[in-house]
Amino acid sequence: MNKHEAPIALASLHTSTRHDSGPKHVAGTAEYIDDMIEPAGTVHAYLALSTRAHAEIVSIDYAAVKAALGVIGILTAEDIPGENDVSPSHKHDEPVFATDKVHFWGQPLFAVVAETRDQARRAAHLAKVEYRELQHHTDVRAAQAAGGKLVTEPLKLERGDIEAGLAAAPHRLKGSIAIGGQDHFYLEGHIAMAVPGEDEDVTVFSSTQHPSEVQLMVAQVLAIRHHAVTVNVRRMGGGFGGKETQGNLFAAVAALAAKKWNRACKIRPDRDDDMTATGKRHDFVVDYDVGYDDSGKIHAVDAVYGARAGFSSDLSGPVTDRALFHADNAYWYPAVRVRSEPLYTNTVSNTAFRGFGGPQGMMAAERWIEDIAYALGKDPLEIRRANFYGLDTNNVTPYHQTVEDNIIHRIVDELEASADYQARRAAILSYNQGSPILKKGIALTPVKFGISFTATWYNQAGALVHVYKDGSIHLSHGGTEMGQGLYIKVAQVLADAFGVGLDVVKIMATTTGKVPNTSATAASSGSDLNGMAAYDAARQIKERLTAHAAKLHQVAEAEVQWVQGGIQAGARFVPFAELAASAYLNRVQLSAAGFYQTPKIHWDRATGRGHPFYYFAYGASVSEVTIDTLTGEYTVDRVDILHDVGKSLNPAIDIGQVEGGFIQGMGWLTTEELVWDDKGQLRTKAPSTYKIPLASDVPAVFNVRLAEWSANAEPTIGRSKAVGEPPLMLAMSVVEALSMAVAAVADYGIAPRLDTPVTPERVLMGCERLKREARG
Amino acid sequence: MTEVSGAIRFILNDEEISLTDVKPDTTLLDWLRLDRRLRGSKEGCAEGDCGACTVLVGRLMGDDIVYDSVTACIRFVGSLHGTHVVTVEHLRGKDGVLHPVQQAMVDHHGSQCGFCTPGFVMSLYGLWMRDPDPSQGAIEKALQGNLCRCTGYAPIIRAGKAISSHGRPEADPLWAERIALKSQIAAINDGRRVEIGEGADRIIVPGSLDDFAAIYEANPDATIVNGSTDVGLWVTKFMRPIGPVIFINHLQELKRIAENDSEVRFYAGVSYSEALPVVAANFPDMGELWNRIAGEQIRNMGTIGGNIANGSPIGDTPPPFIALGAKLHLRRGEHRREIKLEDYFLAYGKQDRQPGEFVESVTIPRLPEGEKFAVYKISKRREEDISALCGAFRVFVNDAGLVGMARVAFGGMAATPKRAKAVEAALVGKPWTQATVDAAMAVFGEDYQPISDMRASADYRLLTARNLLQRFFLETTGHGQRLRREVA
Repeated sequence: MNKHEAPIALASLHTSTRHDSGPKHVAGTAEYIDDMIEPAGTVHAYLALSTRAHAEIVSIDYAAVKAALGVIGILTAEDIPGENDVSPSHKHDEPVFATDKVHFWGQPLFAVVAETRDQARRAAHLAKVEYRELQHHTDVRAAQAAGGKLVTEPLKLERGDIEAGLAAAPHRLKGSIAIGGQDHFYLEGHIAMAVPGEDEDVTVFSSTQHPSEVQLMVAQVLAIRHHAVTVNVRRMGGGFGGKETQGNLFAAVAALAAKKWNRACKIRPDRDDDMTATGKRHDFVVDYDVGYDDSGKIHAVDAVYGARAGFSSDLSGPVTDRALFHADNAYWYPAVRVRSEPLYTNTVSNTAFRGFGGPQGMMAAERWIEDIAYALGKDPLEIRRANFYGLDTNNVTPYHQTVEDNIIHRIVDELEASADYQARRAAILSYNQGSPILKKGIALTPVKFGISFTATWYNQAGALVHVYKDGSIHLSHGGTEMGQGLYIKVAQVLADAFGVGLDVVKIMATTTGKVPNTSATAASSGSDLNGMAAYDAARQIKERLTAHAAKLHQVAEAEVQWVQGGIQAGARFVPFAELAASAYLNRVQLSAAGFYQTPKIHWDRATGRGHPFYYFAYGASVSEVTIDTLTGEYTVDRVDILHDVGKSLNPAIDIGQVEGGFIQGMGWLTTEELVWDDKGQLRTKAPSTYKIPLASDVPAVFNVRLAEWSANAEPTIGRSKAVGEPPLMLAMSVVEALSMAVAAVADYGIAPRLDTPVTPERVLMGCERLKREARG
Repeated sequence: MTEVSGAIRFILNDEEISLTDVKPDTTLLDWLRLDRRLRGSKEGCAEGDCGACTVLVGRLMGDDIVYDSVTACIRFVGSLHGTHVVTVEHLRGKDGVLHPVQQAMVDHHGSQCGFCTPGFVMSLYGLWMRDPDPSQGAIEKALQGNLCRCTGYAPIIRAGKAISSHGRPEADPLWAERIALKSQIAAINDGRRVEIGEGADRIIVPGSLDDFAAIYEANPDATIVNGSTDVGLWVTKFMRPIGPVIFINHLQELKRIAENDSEVRFYAGVSYSEALPVVAANFPDMGELWNRIAGEQIRNMGTIGGNIANGSPIGDTPPPFIALGAKLHLRRGEHRREIKLEDYFLAYGKQDRQPGEFVESVTIPRLPEGEKFAVYKISKRREEDISALCGAFRVFVNDAGLVGMARVAFGGMAATPKRAKAVEAALVGKPWTQATVDAAMAVFGEDYQPISDMRASADYRLLTARNLLQRFFLETTGHGQRLRREVA
């Protein structure tokens, strides 16, 4: 081969590279924590959970537990050398083990440690617990009625004169919408394995999106310093926010047992216990008062967002904050006041879930848009358009950030045309007239989603890159892989930066020992943050290599060009491996720690003002449905999506996020119903009772496109945009289409106001209500 | 006297297994993962509902081996005698080359987190072997029992359509080695009874139906395990002791389907999947119902006999069978008796079954000429969901336009599957008109006082039950409209 012919890189940015673990996933060789071969002598822990929703613990008799086959011992609050707390908000309101009181059905009381998991699980049920029951309430309305105790400080966002705006509006409407929660249903449940080391050391394998927080929590319960705890995460079998904080408990228990008995300890709850004892998406009830005019333009919005926070704060503060940050979706409100109520309830503490409160905020916004449309007898799309943020005016959010990158108009116009929305809507109106039992509906809804952690300090990331003498590259960063394709995207960034093939880059498991003080892989921020950090590390190494090559080949640094496969030093091509080898011999450092902090952002919660989001991601969807007015059953017949990911780092991965996010959002809004009984026990706690979408629930026609013309206005990695969360909210169009189909039974004269999830029961009961009201 | 062997024997991938000390409640998944350290099959739910543990189980069926996808989490090792268990570890070639199913999944970005993926691979593998060029509908059906939380399924369906572009089943090892595998399995299936363990740890695999009848008569406290789709959960969810156990899913005599001009008789070991072609061909609407019962793996395991015998108030087969006038054949030792199926369900959790007695078969009369029949299943999610209610309707309208006979039965509306006798009375002798239907709808409350639970409220159940009679009337008078999913 002519040395001047650079080899072609196997992959680089903006290509549809396959998931790095794909071949291992399909072969069953991708290793999850439960698949690791356990160290000899590994013990197994299992949690005993409360069977009361709210009660004082009078006594616990452990005799039968301790006597059970295989039991080594139990762990209670008294066995915790440090703090009995794993609260991620640091409010010290989330004990590892309950002591005097239980606040929800399923709260951990103690853990059993036994030779096998089966033995520990069986023994965990043998304790005799005496309770003194207290009054409990499990939902938003009951919590409000009981005085509205909050688990954390509420937020208010306000802009303009709300009282004057409402008073002056030609029309007013008030209403409320109940928005259900959602279980994450990651296929791999929570799990942790802790391996004791010398001195205070402990190594924890945790299925977590937030290794640094697990490190902190383990250190906190063991009363040791962070440097003694190493947390490793190769991959999770799904996270979706459910492993942002909820893994803390399991890691803490595994570590406590590992250190107490000096044996490795694994803990993995059964699916029912996982769903009972770990937090979910917050249910909300939003009460609203909206002023608008004859054209459907909104003048003022006043709304209160009550959320089922559960018994402790967890992430309920930032989740309810984000609901308010998305109270506008893509709409400009001339006057607005929105307030949050993160309510104490006797339920498991709710937590992060893809969208993080945003979806609930946006769902409420779409509800009053729909209300206005039915009140005025117009297509809701017309009302949506009338209220979109302007490009140069009418573009300030309720939190006083100016929307500078608005592309919602183009997105919606293009989708309306490509999905043939107007003609199909006309055809559906005509179909419904001649169809007594089946009714169809169609709706187009927009998405605008703010990108950045609203906890500003979280918007930082680190990476560690080593180049070895043979030119192979070792990549570590602080992000975790839960299926979203973060690892491959960051590897693409690095391969692209060095001009090498992807096979040259080895993606390492995430560990707190390589990159410290990381943020949760959450808020859709993984590639934005870690991609830039890796890029920064590559830049440092490249600068050194450039200087080295210039010196070695006696050319000016400006004459050293990075090309595919190596560098061009003047007339000479040097393959990357050769460059690395010569750099080593010349004592050039071939390792670098990269760092990134998101620019521009700031947020003052006390005043409700700032610029919390670096940029916005946009999208829109059109859904068409058919309902059966005798049973409430329905089918989602067609969905068209146009979604903005900026300049995609990996279109195949991004399409996967859009398709998967949409279906997960559709599940949240349709069949995924959480039901607590009157004793406060969650009754939908396994796939037999909690119904996430199936392959046959995917829209029969499902057209998903990325807005290929879009590029991030901000200098993000490759001008891409975050993609993890925003597509989930595309599913709102399914609710709106179901609403239209229900409205058809009363000739579209009454707003259906369906609560979510819109189960077949809610559809049928909605039809019945509208028929009754239409009869007068 | 039946000969007795002391080992559960089967083939795991390419290795012959002989177990002499396995416990009755040891699941295949735990055995694979903990004993064999084959950890490609995952536990997602431990109740047969998510499919992450899907493996194939091959068994002799006539002159062939039939491979069914099953959920290893609720299949007991004791039930595997004489089978070929194929796990995801068996697919990749010795040279490391991915199997066509695996390659298609990789190429179409069919995995994200990857945890459900081995299960999808195995379900698609099972489908591709019997249907190398499946329609989207066939793929969706094969995947009803597999949950994915990441991809939204679209890429997995694309992969399912593309498998054959990577290779054809004829080249697959399970085809190529079929003759050798058959003789290997046949040698294990030698007609001997298998017995291992003592007391509560005792496993009995009868050598024949008569052997089973005799064993159960002598051991009436033993648990009969057929498809294990219910008993599996007694172990994995309720941690109930089940031993001693008699496994009967292998008994060919219980897999018979006998048809004549007037009726169809299903023996108790016929699985939903095995019954499907006969059910669909002989009874209107039943094919559609069948495909909405559970997922593919559970239909491959679960049996008609088990669905009746366990007396669930929400079982999906009793309502249509009762409406059709089914007869149940019970057997204790050599003593047999026949009862009406509707009389079998006495109360919640209580059936007319004596100690040592078992369900041997059920006979379903064919629908007489001129009669109208329909069955409707209502559930929160359309497929792989337990019914909120399931209703079956059968009427005969005579030449005078009057209802000569009416049979209405529901599951999910009472503590047992139950006939709606007040509704039937309101129909019989009346003209088959909207006015009659309205009057009959008004008396549903006399027959049923359903409960509210996580599947539906009492109000919804009652309202929908009434509306289903309305639907039946509309459909039998030419005005029916039914929701259908239309895919390519």
